[in-house]
Amino acid sequence: MTATATTSLQAPRRKRRLSAGWALLWLNVLSTFVFLYAPIVVMSIFSFNASRQMQVWMGFTLDWYARMVHDERVRVAAENSLVIALVSTLVSTVIGTLTAMALERTRFRVKRLYEGAMYLPIIVPEIVMAIALLVFFNLSFSWLDRLFGLQLNFGLGTITIAHIAFSFPFVAVVVRARLADFDRTLEQAAQDLGANDWQTFRYVTLPLLMPGIIAGALLAFTLSIDDFVITFFNAGVGSTTLPLEIYGRVRRGITPDVNALSTVMLLASIVLVLGSLAFQRRRAT
Amino acid sequence: MGGFAPLDRPIDVELIDVTKVFDSGVVAVDRVTLQIQQGEFFSLLGPSGCGKTTTLRMIAGFEHPTAGEVRIEGRPMGHTPPFRRNVNTVFQNYALFPHMTVFENVAFGLRMKRVPRDEISRRVREALQLVRLSGFEERYPRQLSGGQQQRVALARALVNRPRVLLLDEPLGALDLKLRKEMQLELKHLQMTVGITFIYVTHDQEEALTMSDRIAVMNAGRVLQVGTPIEIYERPTSRFVADFIGETNFLSGRVDDVERDTATVLVAGNRPVRVRIDEPLSVGSEVTVAVRPEKVQIVPLEAPGADGLLRGRVEEVIYIGTDTFYVVRIDETTTVRVRSQNDRNRLDGGQLLPIGTAVALSWAPDAARVLLD
Ligand SMILES: Nc1ncnc2c1ncn2[C@@H]1O[C@H](COP(=O)(O)OP(=O)(O)OP(=O)(O)O)[C@@H](O)[C@H]1O
Ligand SMILES: [Mg+2]
Repeated sequence: MTATATTSLQAPRRKRRLSAGWALLWLNVLSTFVFLYAPIVVMSIFSFNASRQMQVWMGFTLDWYARMVHDERVRVAAENSLVIALVSTLVSTVIGTLTAMALERTRFRVKRLYEGAMYLPIIVPEIVMAIALLVFFNLSFSWLDRLFGLQLNFGLGTITIAHIAFSFPFVAVVVRARLADFDRTLEQAAQDLGANDWQTFRYVTLPLLMPGIIAGALLAFTLSIDDFVITFFNAGVGSTTLPLEIYGRVRRGITPDVNALSTVMLLASIVLVLGSLAFQRRRAT
Repeated sequence: MGGFAPLDRPIDVELIDVTKVFDSGVVAVDRVTLQIQQGEFFSLLGPSGCGKTTTLRMIAGFEHPTAGEVRIEGRPMGHTPPFRRNVNTVFQNYALFPHMTVFENVAFGLRMKRVPRDEISRRVREALQLVRLSGFEERYPRQLSGGQQQRVALARALVNRPRVLLLDEPLGALDLKLRKEMQLELKHLQMTVGITFIYVTHDQEEALTMSDRIAVMNAGRVLQVGTPIEIYERPTSRFVADFIGETNFLSGRVDDVERDTATVLVAGNRPVRVRIDEPLSVGSEVTVAVRPEKVQIVPLEAPGADGLLRGRVEEVIYIGTDTFYVVRIDETTTVRVRSQNDRNRLDGGQLLPIGTAVALSWAPDAARVLLD
């Protein structure tokens, strides 16, 4: 009897508290959709709009996608973006992995300092990094010119170096997380079975780190493909990337071809990020 | 088990005055000298933290002695890295490679030594057969039970035909029943392959069951080395007597020495006679150690009852095959007695009730005199 009395007393109160919580939760979900996803959805939808105007829907078409595929400038920009992304990903993955190993496995005098300095690109505003790199390249070029007569200019090279500089710390962070819970007796077991240092790394450490390394690489690739600010400041003639190309077009008015290009980039980024997350979660098999 | 190892076999592993001090200042191993013979099943036995693993890791080459020398097959090891030593280790947590199949795990050592492919597959199959795991080649370690993983670890080490196999509490993670099975299996395996085993354990029963010889360690030092019988029957220190099996300790003073027998006054000046190995001086303070199962207990009222000590039964603990009696000698002294129950009677023979006045006695060479 008493038991039923208490439950019947408590039940409505819990329900009311729950419903208040639910309301807030729904508000949160709703605003997320409105402010975050609605613009993206609208953009994607209008990439199929048969009108040049953004304001009115004139029917479905794939024209803008077809045009994009045949657009010479888009093709060049896409090529540039891919080359930069591939090269910078490759290099930053190697450097990032080695950095993670060094930070996790060795003790050296300025380790703390190095650690802080390395994570700087993750924290500082991108615009600061962009200007800093711009100044750095300018100075280097003038010195190289003065000392060796080397005539260097902004272009794919500078963008690639800039991308490596800001993306390898991200790789290092991801790989380091994987290294932190690495069972070192596995490496000792390999040594015990006759593997030298290189063989131990090649057959035991590297395969077990691979999911982390791939996740880091995918992250670096995404960062590079998407980057605007740093690329903008360190680009030169003929080194337009996709984000720069989109920016250039938007300045002349938002058109469905920009929407189409952005939609494609969005899809590519989503796939890459999901891939990266999947690899980060993957346990050693 | 625990046969005697003949003393004329070549020495496989030798530790000479080996000390290991860690950066933190911990003296993990303290002036340890050991000689381990070829084909021997040698155990390092001691409580947690006494330096067993550290000793093993110095033989494997994962740690280097702060002082002293490790020799394998007579050669000083210095800083020889693990992969250049003819020893293999079975790790406490097995350390199987999770990204490799059972076959690849076992083949690893041979692949590193660039053994031809068909020889690898033959030897891996042999090794898996030896540990009764044929048919498990394609499984991954996480698809195996603890006992099976343990056997993969063994096969992975044995397939290299090392001179010496180092095992760090290899059965520690298994449940009691599987543990007992694996003890016999390991011992059998060792006799089959004839490889020297250096076996770390903190389980005294395990060490007694499997070993040819045992080194008992405490706080980084080796206290006694000997066959299981020597260690059990003739412990040289209070620690060893206490750590291995159960022992009554009676402190007393030497009253008389005549050739190989001493008379020691214990528990309020009662004389007990003890066989001694080394000369003792009259008047020195010593401890008499005697195992519970070596003590005979008879009721005082029995005809011709005589004994070294007299007391009263204070506790009776029946454990099936035997009965433990706790006998109070005086305010400060009790003696535990383990007495076998009468096999021929269903009531286990007559248990002595609590309060019975009893006489305790033992043969002179059943007790030991310990100086510390
Ligand atoms: N790498 C290390 N650095 C500092 N101290 C250590 C290190 N390894 C072991 N020790 C210390 O050395 C002592 C001996 O450790 P060891 O691992 O050899 O003990 P053990 O006999 O194997 O114990 P257990 O039965 O618990 O495995 C311990 O006090 C331990 O804390
Ligand atoms: Mg240990």
